[in-house]
Amino acid sequence: MEPAPPTGGAPVTERSFALIDGNSFYCSCERVFDPKLATRPVIVLSNNDGCAIARTSEAKALGIKMGDPFFKIRDLCRRERIAVYSSNYTLYGDMSRRMGWIYESWAREVETYSIDESFLDLSNFRLSERAELARDLRATVLRWTGVPTCVGIGPTKTLAKAANAMAKKDPEARGVVDLTDPAERQARLDRFHVSDVWGVGPRSWAKMEALGIKTAGDLARMDPRQIRMKFTVVGERTLHELRGVTCIDLETVVPQRKGIAVTRSFGRPVTTLEGLIEAVASHAFRAGEKLRRHGLAATHLSVFAHSNLHNGDPHFSAGATEDLIEATSDGLALIAAASRGARRLWPPRGAKLAKAGVILDDLVRADHAPAALIGGRDREKADRMMAAVDAVNARFGRGAIISAAAGMKMPWATKFEMRSPRYTTRVDELPVARAG
Amino acid sequence: MFEHGLCAGFPSPADDFLEDAVDVARLLITNPPATFLWRVDGDSMQDAGIFDRDILVVDRSLEPRDRDVVVAIVNGERSLKRLSLAGRPRLAFANRRLPDFEAPELAEIELWGVVTWNLHRLRAVRP
Repeated sequence: MEPAPPTGGAPVTERSFALIDGNSFYCSCERVFDPKLATRPVIVLSNNDGCAIARTSEAKALGIKMGDPFFKIRDLCRRERIAVYSSNYTLYGDMSRRMGWIYESWAREVETYSIDESFLDLSNFRLSERAELARDLRATVLRWTGVPTCVGIGPTKTLAKAANAMAKKDPEARGVVDLTDPAERQARLDRFHVSDVWGVGPRSWAKMEALGIKTAGDLARMDPRQIRMKFTVVGERTLHELRGVTCIDLETVVPQRKGIAVTRSFGRPVTTLEGLIEAVASHAFRAGEKLRRHGLAATHLSVFAHSNLHNGDPHFSAGATEDLIEATSDGLALIAAASRGARRLWPPRGAKLAKAGVILDDLVRADHAPAALIGGRDREKADRMMAAVDAVNARFGRGAIISAAAGMKMPWATKFEMRSPRYTTRVDELPVARAG
Repeated sequence: MFEHGLCAGFPSPADDFLEDAVDVARLLITNPPATFLWRVDGDSMQDAGIFDRDILVVDRSLEPRDRDVVVAIVNGERSLKRLSLAGRPRLAFANRRLPDFEAPELAEIELWGVVTWNLHRLRAVRP
């Protein structure tokens, strides 16, 4: 697919963005490999099967809301034959990667905004071609990956995001809404609730209603100075974006992360110090992988753990922060710090621990990290070892190498009782075609 | 290029002809985002050289052609069939010992993807 050069009679606006995302993405991934689900409502649950985080339109029609706790809807699911799945992030991540691959060959710039949403830069396509291009892209993604999508197009990211939401709700749109044309934009924004605008949080929404701003169109017509006074430059930026003035550009490079957290609920409550150390050591190790992938190093590591706050168990919640001698991404140094932290917050005084996490903050670029004068580690050796560990884990699957401190049995690992096979990444879990 | 670094002696006469070794993944997978591996369960495709437990390379981006082996969804079942486009489109087994495959009346049929390669293991895995 050759991008058309911006020549010829058709006018080209300054910028054009598209937001493409998977419809009920996690559920759609499940449907690709299990065609029996095509005619059934499907939901996917959060880690530990806590609550519904993805629903097909059929499941929504049966009244299942985003975030509904599973124990509350279990009977409904059984009665209505709703297919219920534990989250299978390995599968969703692989499908997301495939979709990103397709986008890369269509648009000159792509920003992966979340696991199922990407912004595409369409500025180099002719105005008249963009909607048609978006329809072709949708058709290609559907055919190649099996995942249905919607596309919103607009001169700003805020408008592209709004257009995408409109495309989802409007069956007439056939999956694509283009807000480039000012007249159509105005008409559609006047029917689009301001609380659905990207960047408008619940608090500013309440304040806006008090000012008589109900729709995105109302906000776009306000005096920018007044909005700036009430809602800071962030609110003013949203207003300009709704008017079609680009304020937020594509972020094709991941911005430096301020902090990294690895947090898990225990599949079974943890009652021993050994159990807690195993869990936080494993979390620290995972956090180290994330650090290394982004070329970052941490200067502090915090450990926290708490009991289940809802089931009547005795309450316990504690945290401990450890300074690292020097900024590091070395998994073994992080595990040592996490174990020290776990020992410091022990004992939970009879409470059962339901969740623990490791948070790394004050991140610095690893190549800018100052070395400690005293007590520093042999950095090069540690770097080489961690690079080897990452390579083995990438090749043989996460957890092929873990530190012995992280335990071998992992009885605390997340529950995935209703998880589908990892169809695309495990040779022993491939989809099966019946021959006979 | 400094393949030999500061090493003394004669440069290898092969240096100018070095190419990457054949990459099996690239040979089998021409369109990665659209290609998936499937496992075979059963013997109904033996005459096409496809046996129980084989691994198939399936490309969803290809336009199905006459005589293609396809992964087809028949009434919600994931199955492997030979596609015939001569005349009315039909799905068939590839096994002389089986009766003709008769698609059920009013069956909903969807082509999931076209099989491009079959990975058939010749050496038995030791138990």
